[in-house]
Amino acid sequence: MTDTVVRTRKKSSEQGAPKGVGRLPRAAVHHPWWFALPAVVVFAGFFLVPNLLNFYYPFTNWSSYHPDIAFTGLDNFRTVVDDGSLLRAIRTTLLYALLAALFQNGFGLVLALLLESDTRFNRFFRAVFFLPVLISALATGYVFQALLDQDGALNSVLGADIPWLGSTTWTLVVVTLIHGWKWMGLSMLIYLAGLKGIPGDMLEAARMDGAGPWRTFRSVRWPMLAPAVTFNVTTALIGSMNTFDIVQATTGGGPAASTEVFNIYMFRVFGQGLYAQASAMSLVLFLVVVAVAIPLVVGLRRREQLL
Amino acid sequence: MTPMWRYGRPALVILLAALAVGVPLWLVAVTSAKPQAEAIKPNLDLPHHWQPTDNYADAVGQGEMLRGFVNSLLVVVPSVVLVLFLGAGAAWVFARRKSKLVSAAYALCISGLLLPPAVITIVMELRQLGLASTRPGMIAVYTGMYLSTSIFFMTGFIRAIPMELEEAARIDGATPWRIFLRIVLPLLRPVIATATIMVMLYAWSDIFYAFFVLGGGDRATLPLNLYQVASAQLYLNNWHLVFAYVVVMSLPMVAVFVVGQRKIVSGITSGAVK
Repeated sequence: MTDTVVRTRKKSSEQGAPKGVGRLPRAAVHHPWWFALPAVVVFAGFFLVPNLLNFYYPFTNWSSYHPDIAFTGLDNFRTVVDDGSLLRAIRTTLLYALLAALFQNGFGLVLALLLESDTRFNRFFRAVFFLPVLISALATGYVFQALLDQDGALNSVLGADIPWLGSTTWTLVVVTLIHGWKWMGLSMLIYLAGLKGIPGDMLEAARMDGAGPWRTFRSVRWPMLAPAVTFNVTTALIGSMNTFDIVQATTGGGPAASTEVFNIYMFRVFGQGLYAQASAMSLVLFLVVVAVAIPLVVGLRRREQLL
Repeated sequence: MTPMWRYGRPALVILLAALAVGVPLWLVAVTSAKPQAEAIKPNLDLPHHWQPTDNYADAVGQGEMLRGFVNSLLVVVPSVVLVLFLGAGAAWVFARRKSKLVSAAYALCISGLLLPPAVITIVMELRQLGLASTRPGMIAVYTGMYLSTSIFFMTGFIRAIPMELEEAARIDGATPWRIFLRIVLPLLRPVIATATIMVMLYAWSDIFYAFFVLGGGDRATLPLNLYQVASAQLYLNNWHLVFAYVVVMSLPMVAVFVVGQRKIVSGITSGAVK
């Protein structure tokens, strides 16, 4: 790298023009493109290329059972459509993302409103509610498995025998609640920042006009929180479509595959050596994320401008 | 403020904190001090027989925790450094140069903010490169995954720094390389703190990508190690050992947070809402 520096310098001094640079545009000398090169190379090589490969391998028979890889057309997709796992994975993942984003943002916003003013008491409890963010998602999953197991702590406190993690209908909701619990601290911080950004005289004006706390929230605070909502909802939705650890540690995708989101499916099928089939699911996940993310970002941005 | 809210709010906060955070943490703490027979059906009671030292020694010893810790450090630290350093270089160019090509490169580089990594074909590619189940492979994957985040935050940040600072140094004859190291990087300090904590949060606790790329074995990171031992016979239903492991594993992140709390909080919040 030092070589290049020396060369660039020589070139400019050779040309010797008083303002420096001769034919090269000034920006090119002052901010040479090769500063961006390593990042572009690593990102392209280890993020973009795999995503491009992901448009080829799903159409092959790549697996641990074949020594070589042959083109097989839509076979993998036919398999996952026929056994129903494709639709189930899409439905489970979208439902998971929706509920997780709802809980994470709901909890985060309530906490932010409760802990809004900057007192020592509030700062301490903000840190307390941030703790789950710091604990690994896998550990979170184990903690809640121990809590919610049929033999677990919650049932022993309640004296009940409820299969919290054994219902094909409600377990997904329970797992998304855990997801919301783990990430609520992050949303809380971002909502707090949004609340702090609301000018004091605006709230003062609302108060002078006789607005109560609820009215102030609805007509002033909530609209002013739009950028924070955009960020939080987008990251929560997109992030939870990529969920794995919490589900794996609490239910492993069960009961009866009712919590089997894309990544759990890919993990399971990859473990069976059906690489191309896992890759097919990974491609569908990619397309689902794109289909959700683009309208979401555009829509939320527009909402920010309207409010 | 009505008086009910004045006293009700702190009471509500304490109640919520106790139920939502206190109970799970209490469960972890008491269970990690119990003998196996008491821990097999996890509950919130205090242990009848205290044996925290044995459990923690078992978790650290049999769980190969030290190895996992070193493995985690060996992939997470280089990844964080690369994400920050390469990201800063790219962000500098993206923020200062204005051409169609540069904006296209920028748009491409931040696409990773939304797009999911194609984990299955990453494995394929790494095998062909001879990087499967190696630390450099894992570092490359983490770096690729988190570069978008750091480039996005840093580009926004650099755009807000006045050009005059760089120009003054340039008049004094500083090369681009020197300006980058001496002026741009130091100015980036707040956003570097944010990016570090964000990457740490995800990479330190990741098992999904580590499973595909490293696949366990000698190079398993700390959480991957926990997953393996928790799924293996040794730990099955041995909540006392799992939770002793969880406590030790979470301590580094908690320590980082406690030390850098103010910076982390302001970093996360200032980066997000712009």
